[in-house]
Amino acid sequence: MSSFNHPSDNLEHSILEEYSIVERPEKKKKLGVLFWICVAWIGLNVIGAIFAAVLPLQNPLYENFSAINLGPSLHHLFGTDDLGRDIFARVTYGARVSIAVGTGAMVIGFGLGAPLGMLAAHRRGRFDAILTTVMYVFLAFPAIIATIAVLSFWTPRSLLKIILVIGLASVPLVYRVIRTATLNVATKDYIIAAKVQGATDRRILMKELLPNIAPVGISFLLIGVATVVTLEGALAFLGLSVNPPTPSWGNMINEARTVLASNPWLVLFPSAALCLFLLCLNFIGDRLRSHFDVTEVKL
Amino acid sequence: MLRYVAKRMVLLIGIVFVISVGSFYLIHLLPGNPATVILGFGATPEAKAALYRQLGLAHPIYLQYFTWISNVVRGNLGTSFISQTSVASTIRSALPIDLEIILLSQILAFATAIPAAMRSAKRPDGPIDRLLGAGSFTLLSIPPFIIIVLMVLFISIKLGVPHTGPSSYVSFGTDPLGNLESLSLPSITLAIGSFVVYYRILRSDLISTLQEEFITMARSKGLSQRRIMWSHAFRPSSVALLGAAGVNIGGLLAAGFVVQYLLAIPGLGYTLITAINMSDFLLVQGIVLTVSVGVVVINFIFDFIINMVDPRISRE
Repeated sequence: MSSFNHPSDNLEHSILEEYSIVERPEKKKKLGVLFWICVAWIGLNVIGAIFAAVLPLQNPLYENFSAINLGPSLHHLFGTDDLGRDIFARVTYGARVSIAVGTGAMVIGFGLGAPLGMLAAHRRGRFDAILTTVMYVFLAFPAIIATIAVLSFWTPRSLLKIILVIGLASVPLVYRVIRTATLNVATKDYIIAAKVQGATDRRILMKELLPNIAPVGISFLLIGVATVVTLEGALAFLGLSVNPPTPSWGNMINEARTVLASNPWLVLFPSAALCLFLLCLNFIGDRLRSHFDVTEVKL
Repeated sequence: MLRYVAKRMVLLIGIVFVISVGSFYLIHLLPGNPATVILGFGATPEAKAALYRQLGLAHPIYLQYFTWISNVVRGNLGTSFISQTSVASTIRSALPIDLEIILLSQILAFATAIPAAMRSAKRPDGPIDRLLGAGSFTLLSIPPFIIIVLMVLFISIKLGVPHTGPSSYVSFGTDPLGNLESLSLPSITLAIGSFVVYYRILRSDLISTLQEEFITMARSKGLSQRRIMWSHAFRPSSVALLGAAGVNIGGLLAAGFVVQYLLAIPGLGYTLITAINMSDFLLVQGIVLTVSVGVVVINFIFDFIINMVDPRISRE
């Protein structure tokens, strides 16, 4: 889905390769200011989500009926909703659900998919063939629809179940990406050299393959978190994520759409929070990938 | 070619089998006795007995599967205990709306993504390319449910365009133009998501195709830029585009669900979410099965088309 090969990179690469007289100078590539702004924003969101309870915020569940549907003001930075709850506090607390589901699901997805993908690409043979066919079958299954289906039957819903279902659904995709990335590295000379020297499988996997596929893995991980956060938002929007009154960006947008005409702030703030979070994650992932010059892997 | 199709056929059957087992098993994910959960606690013993017979709940699980699948193959997805209508007929009446939205959105997406990608590929890193690149990257980070809410806010509420707000769906039979209007926001929302994917893939593929020798050859023959782009570069690059379109279908359907839910457009998505909220589990099961099999079959057809465009793939 996200194949952002930079054209000038390709061009430069092919020209250099064609006239291999020129050694490509090891220039110190910079990640840019925008990259660090994005990192800082994600950091701020994570810190806000973790320490929401100790920060000087109002109670996100406290209903103050003498202050309903207020616009943004100094006392209520983002205004209040139709039950008089402080939107700024709810947006901050809402980050918790998104970040928990995003990281939790990816821990499961990578915890299962990455070792299997590496092992399959390293071993090859029948093990690889069977595993890849099985994963292909699951990959053909529309994961989003499977997630909606399982979550609608497996009641009562909880955060843990949501993380588990999305995490398991992401395993085939992670497997495929990591397997492709490992295959690209596994045929390189230094891996063959390590094998000739009699290095153990464990050593080749951990010391030779892992460090070389880590950049691909990390950038895919970040884009994966962004995808899962979007999915959780959509599930919350459909009423299939955590139950209200627990705030999440998705269910805040869903609740607010009934008062869209009279109080648009209610929709705009959680939407902006979610979009900025996703934009930063995507940007970091994309920038890291071009930084490590990973162009072979198509996601 | 025949070998390739046969191989894919076997895989397709395998995948459809896994989907059918998965959809069948959904009922057993329900906590407690499925009959009680599906019918509710106030159910009469007769209704329970009828459901037991329909689902074959008294038999061992593999026999239950055979009972269920033999009904499904004959087009019988069961009868909803909530609305007392056949699940298959509900799906049949909702499905055309989804197809219409997807068709409209894909026409819009292709009509915009192809020229945009060609513009970008003509001068990579030029001002237009940078603008389109930054724009598509931003759009990539806006989920469909936010796009649709914002469009409702600005187009139906602020501008007051008729038939575009929530619960204002007009069927094609009563008013074709109104129908188009009421499906315009969902189609545009899905088109935006598809545009980003198609634009990015076609752009990077065109750029690498334009560096091939046959393009240099065409240029040296003095062919026009337009002719080179459309009849020399686009065909090989369209393979990647078709591949992306095939993969995109599942995501499109899911995004369509969200959009329909918000606007209360009675397609499969809206029907599905309403069914989930009313605990109409047989209807949910039927929709999940239909949609999953549909996506897989569409992917299969796309594979086939890609093969026709580029026969080299099947020889690998």
